[in-house]
Amino acid sequence: MSFLRRKLDDLKKPFEKGQKWEKYAPAINAFDTFLFVPNHTTQTGAHIRDAVDLKRTMVTVIIALLPALIYGIYNTGYQYFIQTGEAFTFLDAFIHGSWKIIPMIIVSYVVGLTIEFIFAIYRGHEVNEGYLVTGLLIPMIMPVDIPLWMVAISVAFAVLIAKEAFGGTGMNILNPALTARAFAFFAYPTYMSGNKVWVSEASNIDAISGETILGTLAAGGNVNYSFFEMFQGSIPGSIAETSALFVVIGAAILIATGVGSWRIMLGGVIGAALVGFLFNLWGANALMSFSWVNHLVVGGFAFGLVFMATDPVSAAQTNKGKWVYGILVGVFCILIRVFNPAYPEGVMLAILLMNVFAPTIDHYVIQGNINKRKKRWASALKTA
Amino acid sequence: MSADISIQRGATIHLKGRAEKILSEASPSKTFALKPDNFFGIVPRLMVKEGDKIAKGAPVFYAKKNPQIVFVSPVSGIVKEIQRGAKRKILKIVIEAQKGEAIVHKIPSLNRLDRKTVTDILLKSGAWPFIKQRPYGVLADPDLTPKSIYISTYASAPLNVDFQFLLKNNQKDFQTGIDILNFMTDTAVNLSVESSYLGFFENIKGVNLLPVKGPHPAGNVSVHIHKHDPINMGEKVWEVRPEDVANIGKLFTTGEFSARRTIAVAGESVSYPHYVITTIGALISSVTDITGYDNKQQNRFINGDVLTGNAEAPDGHLDFHNNLLSIIPEGNRYRMLGWLPFVDNKIPSLSKTSLSWLFASKGHSVDTNMNGEERAFVVTGEMEKVFPMNIYPMQLLKACMAGDIERMEALGIYEVLPEDFGLIDYANTSKIEAQEIIKQGIELMIKEVG
Repeated sequence: MSFLRRKLDDLKKPFEKGQKWEKYAPAINAFDTFLFVPNHTTQTGAHIRDAVDLKRTMVTVIIALLPALIYGIYNTGYQYFIQTGEAFTFLDAFIHGSWKIIPMIIVSYVVGLTIEFIFAIYRGHEVNEGYLVTGLLIPMIMPVDIPLWMVAISVAFAVLIAKEAFGGTGMNILNPALTARAFAFFAYPTYMSGNKVWVSEASNIDAISGETILGTLAAGGNVNYSFFEMFQGSIPGSIAETSALFVVIGAAILIATGVGSWRIMLGGVIGAALVGFLFNLWGANALMSFSWVNHLVVGGFAFGLVFMATDPVSAAQTNKGKWVYGILVGVFCILIRVFNPAYPEGVMLAILLMNVFAPTIDHYVIQGNINKRKKRWASALKTA
Repeated sequence: MSADISIQRGATIHLKGRAEKILSEASPSKTFALKPDNFFGIVPRLMVKEGDKIAKGAPVFYAKKNPQIVFVSPVSGIVKEIQRGAKRKILKIVIEAQKGEAIVHKIPSLNRLDRKTVTDILLKSGAWPFIKQRPYGVLADPDLTPKSIYISTYASAPLNVDFQFLLKNNQKDFQTGIDILNFMTDTAVNLSVESSYLGFFENIKGVNLLPVKGPHPAGNVSVHIHKHDPINMGEKVWEVRPEDVANIGKLFTTGEFSARRTIAVAGESVSYPHYVITTIGALISSVTDITGYDNKQQNRFINGDVLTGNAEAPDGHLDFHNNLLSIIPEGNRYRMLGWLPFVDNKIPSLSKTSLSWLFASKGHSVDTNMNGEERAFVVTGEMEKVFPMNIYPMQLLKACMAGDIERMEALGIYEVLPEDFGLIDYANTSKIEAQEIIKQGIELMIKEVG
């Protein structure tokens, strides 16, 4: 370890203050701090600090994402082979999926991190770890056959417009990963919706047609999947959204480590279940009579709620606000699914909408606290 | 006794090296120091120069804004050095101890005292700086009557001091001090005590006993005031530390300024952590000579607790107020891949991405490493977990950073001091310097609002 450390220190010399590459220090620091937690000691304030830092928090989210990602890779191959009717093993499916998805992840990280590094150098701050999560999320919520250049442009749009334009990590209004998806959704609709994009190679091979469950319902068709298939996720859809089971495992990791807000997750489930149940009672069309339990496990609802709605930067920040925010994400998701046949999946728009309103929700929560305090001041004045 | 104030949110961090309940005398200190920075918000005006011979209890400097408030020498001796920093700011007035006389004030008998006489004696004798005023944690204003006075005998910060033990030989002085303080306000002095450990505090007369229960910061006066009778705009509340109550009591018994300081010397680096009796402003070495410490490694000496105290050089002096000297190892070392979850579980963490809670019962080892780098605010809800007041800490911090006075006021800046954000400094993922931000916010409030 000390050998590696010495090498790194030598390597960093030209980046030190007053040296010729000083400006580029954030770039080398980003690599260095991944190998070693720096030797910085406390200078002001508390003399001791918790072991947790942003890197640890973000890596925990990545760990929570892995089960869904691995299943998503497998399911990509599974859907392909099932539809073409070829015989296949688990490994075949996994390899097929990897060929599709790993390039997307690489493109997402390369494009996104390049922009992040440039902004860190330009602004003179350290590279923030937030993109490690965003960069993995973006490919996970795309349809499998989306061209890589579209991934690249969506990533660039999200990082530049949704994040850096607002001041970088911690300042953004919208969730960057969902912004990337929304951008692709509206810029390249033929690659992002319909019945030819959800299964690998569907647009090239005639034998394959893969409509998502919500798409089928919106078109008035019948769904032939059992509840267990929907829950386990062996259904067509965006890469990692299909398996509610593995999303729940991720949610368990996030809640157990305290990294993800259980208030938002539980609120979302309550909101969606309630609205879904009310529509079941009404039952005017196929989507309305689609059982509220099924609503919770199909489409991107579970994935979006667990991994995107809980993004602490774009969600409500107060505990009370998180409840309201979570419930409304659930409510709007089902409302959009049922009432807007153009967008059979509502969770993306529901979360983006609530991202915009999260500051408003917090405003009222905090205003409540302020009003209480001012009332107390007023009554103290009266008695005095 | 059931607790009047019971809090759930917070965290008690058990560290290795708590002071054992043994009292010993410090070795004689050659020099003593007064540090104007120990008194938040004052600008000192010197009344002595280098080489002056001064008596114990003789004024050394006064506060520019309020010249009645004088700061006196804890010992008799010679003004050895006036240390100045940038812009000739006075950092330290060092007094070399020599045999000499002490100033004795004439004290009328207790039953003939009134508020004005008490104020005059406290001011003249140099005991006034024992009294802190809220909002802001500045020196008390002698011209006003506070809404109430609070004394917290529950130290909940890491390596906590046991005031019950610390004051066991000074119970009489403590009672006299309480009687004196009761002249200063119209309501009985509030004495907060750990609810499961009332001890002799239960027998103290003339106080409103406030049993408190819960994790740190349950011992902080801000929390007691917030739960008991929160500060409203325009109200002033005073605070006195327990040993200073006894010092005030002793002053009114003997007529001499009492500068007694019992220091719990604690922390992992200390060889024999226990309580040492010394005098305000004594050399740190005069207490560490008795307790010893591991001098083979680099250590940080902290006047106060590890969350809120001031760092001092090993050859420096004690602060004015602190009853705790924490000595812990410095942390200027690298940790390979230390950011991975569940790595380095020995480092205490409130986060569940660490298994450090497994080691809690034995007490944690800590050092001064940052354990990461500063980042923008990202994680939400973690500050609230260690902040037991009905105040939104993150929003208040942001208001302070923005310098938005109206919002700081509305969000409760009058009810907090930087020390209440010590745990937030410690626990927040983004390594935001919360205490510093609040301190700057308070300085802005004093400048703009007063």
